[in-house]
Amino acid sequence: MTAPTAAEPVVEVSGVRYAIDGRRIFDNLSLQARHGEITAVLGPSGTGKTTLLRLLMGAIRPAAGRVTVFGAQVPALKRADLYALRRRVGMLFQNGALMSDLSVFENVAFPLRAHTRLPEPLLRRLVLMKLQAVGLRGAADLAPAALSGGMARRVALARAIAMDPELLIYDEPFVGLDPISLGVILRLIQSLNATLGITTIVVTHDVQEISRIAHQSYLLANGGVVAAGSPAELRAAAAPVVNQFMNGLPDGPVPFHVPAPDYREQLLGNPDA
Amino acid sequence: MPSRSPSPVLGALVKLGRVTLFLGRIIAQCLPSLRYPRLLVAQIYNAGARSLIIVMLCGLFVGMVLGLQGYDLLQRFGSESSLGVAAALGLVKELGPVITALLFAGRAGTSLTSEIGLMRATDQLTAMEMMAVDPVRRVVAPRFLGGIIAMPLLTAIFDVIGIFGAQLIGVGQLGVESGTFWSLMQSSVEIRDVTQGLVKSLCFGLACSLMAVYEGYHAEPTAEGVGLATTRTVVSSAVLTLILDYMLTAAFIST
Repeated sequence: MTAPTAAEPVVEVSGVRYAIDGRRIFDNLSLQARHGEITAVLGPSGTGKTTLLRLLMGAIRPAAGRVTVFGAQVPALKRADLYALRRRVGMLFQNGALMSDLSVFENVAFPLRAHTRLPEPLLRRLVLMKLQAVGLRGAADLAPAALSGGMARRVALARAIAMDPELLIYDEPFVGLDPISLGVILRLIQSLNATLGITTIVVTHDVQEISRIAHQSYLLANGGVVAAGSPAELRAAAAPVVNQFMNGLPDGPVPFHVPAPDYREQLLGNPDA
Repeated sequence: MPSRSPSPVLGALVKLGRVTLFLGRIIAQCLPSLRYPRLLVAQIYNAGARSLIIVMLCGLFVGMVLGLQGYDLLQRFGSESSLGVAAALGLVKELGPVITALLFAGRAGTSLTSEIGLMRATDQLTAMEMMAVDPVRRVVAPRFLGGIIAMPLLTAIFDVIGIFGAQLIGVGQLGVESGTFWSLMQSSVEIRDVTQGLVKSLCFGLACSLMAVYEGYHAEPTAEGVGLATTRTVVSSAVLTLILDYMLTAAFIST
């Protein structure tokens, strides 16, 4: 594991195949996230976006292909090495996943307490700095239950950057947020990426929001990447599945109707049915 | 989750294997988890102190019933003066450990399962793993140890209150002589009896805590899954307690 230089891929996925209980998720997935950039992984629900994150973090192993993070082959790592890798990565969960029995302050302090032996005054300053970065220094003593969805996600973000990660991964950061919270999160993703000089991966289906800040986007469908490029390139792509997703069309290659017997026949044809 | 097995016997064996493997994982993490002594103390408080009221209340009434029934039985043989011995032995060797374990499963076990299950359902356990913190060490092991430590303490309190309840009825209401009640108890109850009760409560503590953390940790990450896991905890803890009770009693009596 070496420190990456500018524009070098921090994350590289190539030829990955993965299936759950015989159901194919990825067939031949290849993508990469370059150092210092914001990489968006887009796709309709159920295309395996979260599965991709689990692959990157070594929670699951692919049936075939390579998953490389910081130059290390993730599936081949032993538990201790995997944990060492994870310390270099911050991850923001969809609902924040804050520890419900700890205060906001203790939540942010959690990884620091687990992995370092910092003296209490220094730890306190560090935590307050991280909370200041997300604008929640004033909420340090609150319980997670007292936070709104947007605030909980900002606390989780402060926790994700507590260990000064080199790679920050967001799982659906915009889901269920009001426009103000959404704007705040969007700006935070961008400013953290720029000011900390880290690599960012955002997994989302909110095309409009992420298009404003992403350097590189991948659109997942049918077990692989169907389109890649800058948000503008993606929007201009001609492929029907890309067009449907980028423009939010209700029907297309991803059908509106769940497969069903013939409509007319089911309504009128057989009275016993 | 356990995959669908063709027969219930095979299913039970598969589960037994999974629980045993999980126990191995917990035991491996017990020592490292002592790095956080405050977590362990909090869990002893959670499992122990919070079950105290219900254990004391039930202990009192079980003791009082024992006083009534024991008196009724013993007076048929003209030996109602042995009520103290009968109540003490019944409580210390049998009723104390078993009923405390059943109460523990209902009060502390369910709360452990739902707490850990909710942590699973809200991704807290996954988040810990992603932060390179082993949830078995940080969450499961302290709760497991806390349960094992709390159980004998609760049992001891149950026994004491139960004997007090039997005395309340036997001596206070039914006229057994106070001196014989206590002195016969003192001369007849041996340290061996107390040890047997202690060993039982330790075993029940292990079984009930293990089932509670296992079910919570392996709960389906949904509201329904957590509810089902809580039910499974009570059922399997109760069954396991009674089976273990028979095996331990048989072992003690044959030695």
